[in-house]
Amino acid sequence: MTTTPLTPVPGPEALLQMTGIVKEFPGVRALDGVDLDVRAGEVHCLIGQNGAGKSTLIKVLSGFHHPDDGTITWDGEEASFSTPAKAIDRGVATIYQELDLVPHLDVAENVFLGHEVSRGGFTQRRRAHGRVRELLVRLGHSEIAPTRIVGELSPAKQQIVSLARALSRDTRLLILDEPSAVLDQEEVNNLFRVIRDLAATGVAVVYISHRLEEIREIGDRITVLKDGRTVATGLAVADTPTSELIRLMTGRSIEYVFPPRSEAPSDSGEPVLDVRDLSLPGVFTGVDLSVRAGEIVGLAGLVGAGRSEILETVYGARRASAGTVTVDGRRVRRGSVGHAVRAGIGLAPEERKSQALLLDEAVYKNITVSSMTRFARLGFLDQREERRRALELTRSLDVRPEGVTRAANTLSGGNQQKIVLARWLLRDCRVLLLDEPTRGVDVGARSEIYQLIRSLADRGVAVVVVSSEIDEVLGLADRVLVVREGEVVHESAATAIDEAAVLDLVMEGRVPA
Amino acid sequence: MSQDSARLERAELETDREASAVLALLRSSVGRNAGLVVALLLICVVGAVSAGDRFSSTDNALTILRLAATIGVVSIGMTFVIIGGGIDLSVGAIVALSSVWCTTLASQQFAEDTHWIMMVLTAILVGAGCGLVNGLLIAYGGIVPFIMTLAMLASARGLAEIISDRKTQILGAKGTDVSGFKDFFNREILGVDVSIWIFAIVAVIGWVLLNRTTFGRRTVAVGGNPEAARLAGIPIKRHTVYLYVLVGVACGIAALMLVARTTTGSSTHGTLYELDAIAAVVIGGTLLTGGRGTIVGTVLGVLIFSTLTNIFILNNRSFSEQSLFKGAIIVAAVLLQQRLASRSNTT
Repeated sequence: MTTTPLTPVPGPEALLQMTGIVKEFPGVRALDGVDLDVRAGEVHCLIGQNGAGKSTLIKVLSGFHHPDDGTITWDGEEASFSTPAKAIDRGVATIYQELDLVPHLDVAENVFLGHEVSRGGFTQRRRAHGRVRELLVRLGHSEIAPTRIVGELSPAKQQIVSLARALSRDTRLLILDEPSAVLDQEEVNNLFRVIRDLAATGVAVVYISHRLEEIREIGDRITVLKDGRTVATGLAVADTPTSELIRLMTGRSIEYVFPPRSEAPSDSGEPVLDVRDLSLPGVFTGVDLSVRAGEIVGLAGLVGAGRSEILETVYGARRASAGTVTVDGRRVRRGSVGHAVRAGIGLAPEERKSQALLLDEAVYKNITVSSMTRFARLGFLDQREERRRALELTRSLDVRPEGVTRAANTLSGGNQQKIVLARWLLRDCRVLLLDEPTRGVDVGARSEIYQLIRSLADRGVAVVVVSSEIDEVLGLADRVLVVREGEVVHESAATAIDEAAVLDLVMEGRVPA
Repeated sequence: MSQDSARLERAELETDREASAVLALLRSSVGRNAGLVVALLLICVVGAVSAGDRFSSTDNALTILRLAATIGVVSIGMTFVIIGGGIDLSVGAIVALSSVWCTTLASQQFAEDTHWIMMVLTAILVGAGCGLVNGLLIAYGGIVPFIMTLAMLASARGLAEIISDRKTQILGAKGTDVSGFKDFFNREILGVDVSIWIFAIVAVIGWVLLNRTTFGRRTVAVGGNPEAARLAGIPIKRHTVYLYVLVGVACGIAALMLVARTTTGSSTHGTLYELDAIAAVVIGGTLLTGGRGTIVGTVLGVLIFSTLTNIFILNNRSFSEQSLFKGAIIVAAVLLQQRLASRSNTT
């Protein structure tokens, strides 16, 4: 690493100061020493790639997570934000990406949820409505009636309701998590106006966004997170070039070791997986993708760009509205996982624990779950044979600790991923779709997973990898497709493009000249 | 760094293992079932002390088992549905409908003309049919199991009342001769009633089905993590239908046992069976959220309840007191279960 974290000089007006915040979850250190100082009246931007720790940091601030280490100073005094109620009492308000409104209640009820305008236990609707109207006018949306049911409002207007809720309390720190994702340009302008007004009255704003151009427009200072650490804090927006920000976001703290690509990823030969013009309304359109035997194709892009959905649709877990998927020249039926599996496709989904594993069940049962009928005669399972095959596979994949009768949840993330891969190895699948294969995997175990994926490809499997970590896609894949807002905007050999270019494509949709 | 964290993790696992060895045993199905056996033995001690020889005799043991048999068969079926992530509130009503359908005059005459086995087939088919309707509407219609089977609870009993005209239908009424049916079900084999044998056989089949077949493995997968099961290529909707058909068949068998014991079919048969069956399954350690449960636990749960009922009866305690006590036991068992489950989550 070339930059040493800049130590900010806390101004006398620093409202919030976080130092050395550490938050650990089983198997992953989400925050590994984060520093952040926010001053009253400023818009402080928080940037970082997916998985850098932004969401976890917000949750620490709003009292959902309790940090394992580090100190938080609030208004010059050491403070703990141990419960959401405490955070709210101090004046922290958070607008989450996924809005936290009650859809069946009306606007006024949502705004005052938890601190209803009441007297003697009876709500005072008229007074509440009056105050909500004032807030909405201040937010530039006087057309929203306090009696509207929130579930019927557009996402943009729901966000306004969330903001009104934040303003209805004595808010001193407002956190906005990618607020512009659901807004069009005009609404973004309105949001920025509201943010500026608030900052002018002394409210501190933490603004999280992927869009660097927005940060240029609204931000005063920037803190950059990377791998759960602060790599730069308190940079002045005006003096920091975009290239520097991108370098900070992507700069390596750890070099991953990627296995060498095979000698000749044969340019000839029929593709094993061939996807033509695949579309899922509202998510992605016209995706073409073909993968030859022994080839690894990487899909890069932001969360929400449609990468995972593409994999799930190819796999039949979502029903495509148009397009074809063929494996070895045979058409795969749309929207049928069973058919896709029989055609030779395997998926290692993004959320390993909730989408792939039966956590309480034995390792061998997790491995054989997709090929049970092979071990069954008239429905009766030959469990000894199941365990024998599972043990063979776990040995060849070096799953530790050994033993296939232990429950899957006793293994670490990397070993759990190996279990999922073993499941598809057992089926001799032709196509392997891997969604974030190293999420939640210990840094040390990552290169092992990379090795494994490469050796699968070398055995003739066609592999598609989705990853939010651009270096992972570039290091592992033979060919790279960049997905942005449901469209493939770029395709090339992995060696023909660098990380900064991919990041530009991901953020802006083009490589700046 | 990774080595350090790996070592740390290992060390934590070690200490964890020692500290929670007892807890782990309690959590494991073997340990839980051992706990249930202890509970059952304690209840037997209470029975022996309070009722003396009237409790501890072979005859009374058979009485308890007879009491357990019918609800036991239903509970085995219920165990599968609950492990598979569902619930069936309509079991009692299905029992009633099956009992009525197979004892109508037409059914009895048909059975007399052909073979008494036709009554058996009728009861089982009616049960399976109700289960099929439940399963199809839950899996493909997207109706929540609680609501769907609640509706079936109302409808099946209503249909039973319509068919029977709210009258008790007696076996062999109006000169029909179904003695073959009666003889078969009221026989004793090795001194033990056929109904108890049926319960035993159903329990064994249930155990094998759950633990040794693809069907059982899929049931656990569908209930434990439906999304993972779906993405592993298991047809979860079809499997859900099978589960409700299975419990329907169990209800049909239970209806036959009830018909044989009472020599009647009635729309009031099987009242509150859903409660007794769910209670037995829950006491037996099956998670109501699905994915985990054992047949042995359910059998022990059924035995615990029927032994308690027996003790209450022997001591001339009222049915109301018995119900009150039952409720308390269910709450205690679920509280204990949740404690253990939450601890297993934090480790």
